[in-house]
Amino acid sequence: MFQRFLWLEWKSFFRSASLGKSIGLKILLIFLALYFSVAFLALGIGLYPLLQEYFPNQDPLQLVNRFVLLWLVFELGFRFFLQTLPVLDIKPLLNLPIARRKAVNFVLSKSIYSFFNFLPLFIIIPFGIFCIFKAEYGTWNLIGWMLAMIAITQCVNFLNFIIKKKFTDDLKALIPVILTVVVLAALEYFKIFEISFWFGKMLDFLVLNPYLAVIPIILTVVLFKWNQYNLESKFYLDAGLKEKQKDADTRDFGWTKKFGALAPFLQQDIKLIWRNKRPKTTIYMSFILLGYGMFFYPNEAYQQFEAFYVFVGIFMTGIFMINFGQFVPSWDASYYPLIMSQNIPVKDYLSSKALLLSFSVIILAILTTPYIYFGWNILLINMVAALYNIGVNVPVLLYAGSFNKKKIDLDKSPFMNYQGTGAAQWLVSIPLMVVPVLIFWLLEFFIGFEAAVIGLASLGVLGLLLRANLMEYISGIYRKRKYVMINGFKQTGE
Amino acid sequence: MITATNLSKIYGGTKVLNIDHLDIPTGESFGLVGNNGAGKTTFFSLLLDLIQPTTGNIFNHEITVSQSEDWKPFTSSFIDESFLIGYLTPEEYFYFVGELRGANKADIDSFLANFEDFFHGEILGRRKYLRDLSKGNQKKVGIVAALIGSPKVVILDEPFANLDPTTQIRLKKIIKELTENRETTLLISSHDLIHVTEVCERIVVLDKGEPIKDIKTSQATLSELERYFSGEIEATQAEELS
Repeated sequence: MFQRFLWLEWKSFFRSASLGKSIGLKILLIFLALYFSVAFLALGIGLYPLLQEYFPNQDPLQLVNRFVLLWLVFELGFRFFLQTLPVLDIKPLLNLPIARRKAVNFVLSKSIYSFFNFLPLFIIIPFGIFCIFKAEYGTWNLIGWMLAMIAITQCVNFLNFIIKKKFTDDLKALIPVILTVVVLAALEYFKIFEISFWFGKMLDFLVLNPYLAVIPIILTVVLFKWNQYNLESKFYLDAGLKEKQKDADTRDFGWTKKFGALAPFLQQDIKLIWRNKRPKTTIYMSFILLGYGMFFYPNEAYQQFEAFYVFVGIFMTGIFMINFGQFVPSWDASYYPLIMSQNIPVKDYLSSKALLLSFSVIILAILTTPYIYFGWNILLINMVAALYNIGVNVPVLLYAGSFNKKKIDLDKSPFMNYQGTGAAQWLVSIPLMVVPVLIFWLLEFFIGFEAAVIGLASLGVLGLLLRANLMEYISGIYRKRKYVMINGFKQTGE
Repeated sequence: MITATNLSKIYGGTKVLNIDHLDIPTGESFGLVGNNGAGKTTFFSLLLDLIQPTTGNIFNHEITVSQSEDWKPFTSSFIDESFLIGYLTPEEYFYFVGELRGANKADIDSFLANFEDFFHGEILGRRKYLRDLSKGNQKKVGIVAALIGSPKVVILDEPFANLDPTTQIRLKKIIKELTENRETTLLISSHDLIHVTEVCERIVVLDKGEPIKDIKTSQATLSELERYFSGEIEATQAEELS
């Protein structure tokens, strides 16, 4: 049965409307994977000698154990943003003689082979082998430790599965999880209850009694079963419908009327964002990621390298633009034939998207103004970054959008809909951020800060001045690609 | 006036549509019948410039549809659910289409009042999104939206399918009223020979993309069509036997 599922996935990948893009991204991802594998392997091999050199009085294994919990929290965070969970379109399977459990098991076991699960092995195994030969523990003790660590990695995998599932269903369900982490982190920070220390102690105890490795293994099985239960209960056509008994929201966003000819489209887009889970999440994400600056601004080290602030500025003011803009016009895929045959000039359609994206940049830019606390140059850079986003990145994204021919399914929430929530999504946005950083850095290096700011700002202004011509050009491309898009959007599933 | 000349569409070597010349005069109610794969939806999609013709052109009131967007203001259509926006309520959808066609809220409200019978109390004021309506009710919304703003050309693909008998009868009445003043050109396709002979004054039969028959509807049309389609069955049976 698993073979059949794999066969289905193989076909859906190679017969997908966006095969070229998928292969390109896969190759890029493979290179990244290789890079991280080598880096982790180097760390795994070097860890034991390094720890011995810098902390000669302490036992390296106990030292590592103390940091395991911290690493796990980070790992969970990384996985949450980067790991794409396996997807299976269940609708065509429901009326076939396939046991529910088989399909669910397929999805879950596929996640066991995720690259994210192999990455820690590059550290665990070399470090474990070093410990066997160099430290005074028995071989069995360390085999127990390694097994336990591998099982814990799988636990994180399945935990991520549960959290991600909950998060996409209901944002509020995540609050207790975050709250717990924050409370524990605070207790740790103020040295009231150092949970990572006690977690390390537990692992030390496990090393002394290697048979205890069964505990994390049992925990993995429990989490697997929990996932199984969760997914099986969702294995119905109407699983997504249950809570939808509420009345439809009929706000009409009348204030958009001010925008004349573009008003109906703008109103449309706002309803699109407000009434569908996927695009609504991008809004929440934008507000959460406004805090991104807090990671960099307080740190004096970055003051030396202002070009990096451009990256932060582009990212914070443009996060909605990137997340929403790169899927134009796929958001409208399910009714694209209507848009194309109704009395809508392509240029108006695109202009309204550009207006919406520009608005989001302006709003986010205003919200970043409190960062002036860390220096006027930060405020200036953020404003210039916003200008660049509006002038240059908005048209670039709309242009890139003309190559989209993959549908985003808004209506039906398939079994697990995570289209575009993995690493690939971030890769697409790299050029949007790297180019301005590069321009800024070069200008600052050769001329000076003022020149760099003026340079970036004038690019943004230039983009705005040419906006009308650019939109004309881009809508020409959309008209040319129209038939390919309509055809691609007809495809359902992955 | 809609004219198709030398029109063909080829998918992977197979001709799915091949029309030498077809004129549909303004004000005509034009019916397209044929079995699955006969090319009915292909013809409509070409007319709406949703796909590109392999050869030839379609002119909608002298505008080449694949080269200009100027036919859009006076042409409206409902082909399938991909013409509906799932996350809107029916009212919002009507207002949206209305705005695109230069009709304000009050216009739409009075327009919708004419369709109270047709909606049968299941569409308006129910505070439901289009995606949560049944297939039949979705179809009602799509058909009515296609009539907003007095378009000169109305294209409906399979309007009778999925509708309950009462609604089918009401729809026939609406269509007849629409074409009464001979200003609106109406193009519909259907598998249902009875309905199509009732509402269309001219019927073209497509078979494997070729127009086989072009009939002015009369008393005898229904039996002629029935004979044609059952004849086709006998022909294929004869082929299988031989």
